Amino acid sequence: MYQYDEIDQQIVDERVAQYRDQTRRYLAGELTEDEFRPLRLQNGLYIQRQAPMLRIAVPYGMLSSKQLRKLGDIAKKYDKGYGHFSTRQNLQLNWPRLEDTPDILAELATVQMHAIQTSGNCIRNITTDQFVGIAPDEVIDPRAMAEIMRQWSTFHPEFALLPRKFKIAVSGTKEDRAVCQAHDIGLEFYRDANNQIAIKVWVGGGLGRTPILGTVIREHLEWQHALTYSEAIIRVYNLHGRRDNIYKARIKILVKALGIDEFRSQVEAEWAHLKNNENTITETELARVAKHFDAMPYETLAAQNADFDAAVASNPAFAAWVKRCVHPHKQAGYRAVTLSLKPHGSAPGDITSEQMWAVADLADAYSFGELRSSHEQNLILADVKLSDLYPLWEKARANGLATPNIGLLTDIICCPGGDFCSLANAKSIPIAEAIQMQFDNLDYLHDIGELELNISGCMNACGHHHVGHIGILGVDKDGSEWYQVTIGGKQGNDASIGNVIGPSFSADEMPNVVQKLIEVYLKERTADERFIDTVRRLGIAPFKAHVYSPKETNTEVTA
Amino acid sequence: MSSLISLKNDVASVASDNWTLVKLPESQVEERKQAGKVVLFKLTGEQTVTEAQVANTVIPETGNVIVPLSVFIARQQALKTRIAQGEIGVWLATHELLETLTQAQADLNHLPFIAIFVERFADGRIFSLGNLLRTRYGFKNELRAFGDVLRDQLFFLKRSGFTSFVIRADRSAQDAIASLNDFTQPYQGAVDEPRPVFKRYNRGA
Repeated sequence: MYQYDEIDQQIVDERVAQYRDQTRRYLAGELTEDEFRPLRLQNGLYIQRQAPMLRIAVPYGMLSSKQLRKLGDIAKKYDKGYGHFSTRQNLQLNWPRLEDTPDILAELATVQMHAIQTSGNCIRNITTDQFVGIAPDEVIDPRAMAEIMRQWSTFHPEFALLPRKFKIAVSGTKEDRAVCQAHDIGLEFYRDANNQIAIKVWVGGGLGRTPILGTVIREHLEWQHALTYSEAIIRVYNLHGRRDNIYKARIKILVKALGIDEFRSQVEAEWAHLKNNENTITETELARVAKHFDAMPYETLAAQNADFDAAVASNPAFAAWVKRCVHPHKQAGYRAVTLSLKPHGSAPGDITSEQMWAVADLADAYSFGELRSSHEQNLILADVKLSDLYPLWEKARANGLATPNIGLLTDIICCPGGDFCSLANAKSIPIAEAIQMQFDNLDYLHDIGELELNISGCMNACGHHHVGHIGILGVDKDGSEWYQVTIGGKQGNDASIGNVIGPSFSADEMPNVVQKLIEVYLKERTADERFIDTVRRLGIAPFKAHVYSPKETNTEVTA
Repeated sequence: MSSLISLKNDVASVASDNWTLVKLPESQVEERKQAGKVVLFKLTGEQTVTEAQVANTVIPETGNVIVPLSVFIARQQALKTRIAQGEIGVWLATHELLETLTQAQADLNHLPFIAIFVERFADGRIFSLGNLLRTRYGFKNELRAFGDVLRDQLFFLKRSGFTSFVIRADRSAQDAIASLNDFTQPYQGAVDEPRPVFKRYNRGA
């Protein structure tokens, strides 16, 4: 993965000094609350219900074992001994003290980490597929470009104070796993007819209050122009995006209001001036950065391993884990492994310091000392030999990291919700926990098959509920917490936004509501049909009918 | 103590201000929101300058003055001699269009001075405006930021082509100077240094 040189190190060190002085001025009363807010937000510090929350950047989800160990140390020393992986692949600490945050950042800087632009109205952490670099269907490894864009966007002077947050995703696979269409800019890398690296540029996607999938603004962009073309898009947005209404300030609203054709022509007019300027990426720079993402020193292995096959055949628990948590790899004899941060009955994405240290050890022992975080809030060891899967599984299981539920109903994407977040309308973690307990029977869970269930505690949609096969949104009605259910959302190349099935439910009803949706699916599905396929085939009507069926209505609904 | 920071040859110092800022008189007309496609996004919630305001603006007879864009356009003929003598600068609010200025004054370098007024700290349009004035319209003279200008914008303003900064009156300009040098080697090319770090520094092969 990318290693800092003296330039990168100096920038994070200078950032620590700058932020330390900003915090000092705030605590000394030289900055008002309102003046400090944009400054601390650009450094990932929110003031939450209980305490501040610090969001630490994990650029495009890549971590070293050394970094994860340090995160475990920091969570132990400055927090309550655990952290939370977010849907932007970042790590959040829920209980740091404001006064300690400069010291936390100084410690992060010692392992080439920071919290720069993890919040605020600026270009946020760039995200990508957690199987980047190793996925069999990958055409281009976009990490070098993601790193070049990370550097370009870091303290970009023109885009420091945008109308609203700005999220960029990159992807280089046939099957998009980076949700490119749900980003302000999505860059889809491919090889063009001349076998050159090219980019399909999506713009104006986003979830939140007004979920909109992105539109293609350019089918073909040569990679050299990724920065200048992005500058053209963001400049048009910076100048013309709304600033009077926070809910209408994202670029998607501007794109919709102008229409993609008018927006495109403004961007192209701007780009005509910027194209080929100094920010054009050179072959040399791409090569320099790409070297950091060279393939691992893999051993030459057979595609099969007899001991592994025997273990799968003889151990059903191991076999279940392999089925759900082990993924194909482009290198023969290797696999990627997802360590589930979704054990049933606990907050999705949460990880203790002890688990972080354990995962760091596993990465060192079995995966070249590197790992990734996913937007589904799990951790991935990307380069594991077939022969190592069994010992890895045993150790992961001993640390509560081997729940065989990846891609299943209980692999819930969930925001921190009303337990922590001051924006939330409703709690989300207890809903996730209750649903996980309802479906705790693993055989049943596996029978239900692939299903993505996403929960957000408010319409800001950090839990990506719109693109969940089942989406749950916390809403506030007269001061009490209710949950609106959508079905038919999906991420990927054929992404879609889910449809609301009807009036919302109380927290107590939610496990049963999900149960009923599953009942309809199990009754109606054809062979090999996933939940999402059945929903797409039948529409929401049969699901709605069963969930709201009068004789089944819980009398508490009207309470 | 002056609130003005002036950047000359990359050296910043607190300086005395030779320019008199001319403001528009308060509007008597109720604020109205303009509708219309692009305008909706441009001016929603932002005050429209009225003809009465322009007419009632008092410009000092002598000395260096900075006049609002709307007044400059309305009185360009009357101010012709003073513009030629380099006594007239123009200021714009962040929602105003640079094209309005360039249509009235094709060569901006006839103006010794342009200033941008930023009403709220969080309004980052000022950075794009600075960039466009320098790179698109080739403006070479003094470019000033004033309004809700605090030290934590200065590094970005400098990189966006601004060369003087009026720090909000309740804060120390002297203290703010330090922030112009928050970062030694920025990553990306911008107005002050068009080359990104990968073109100006050998980062190894």
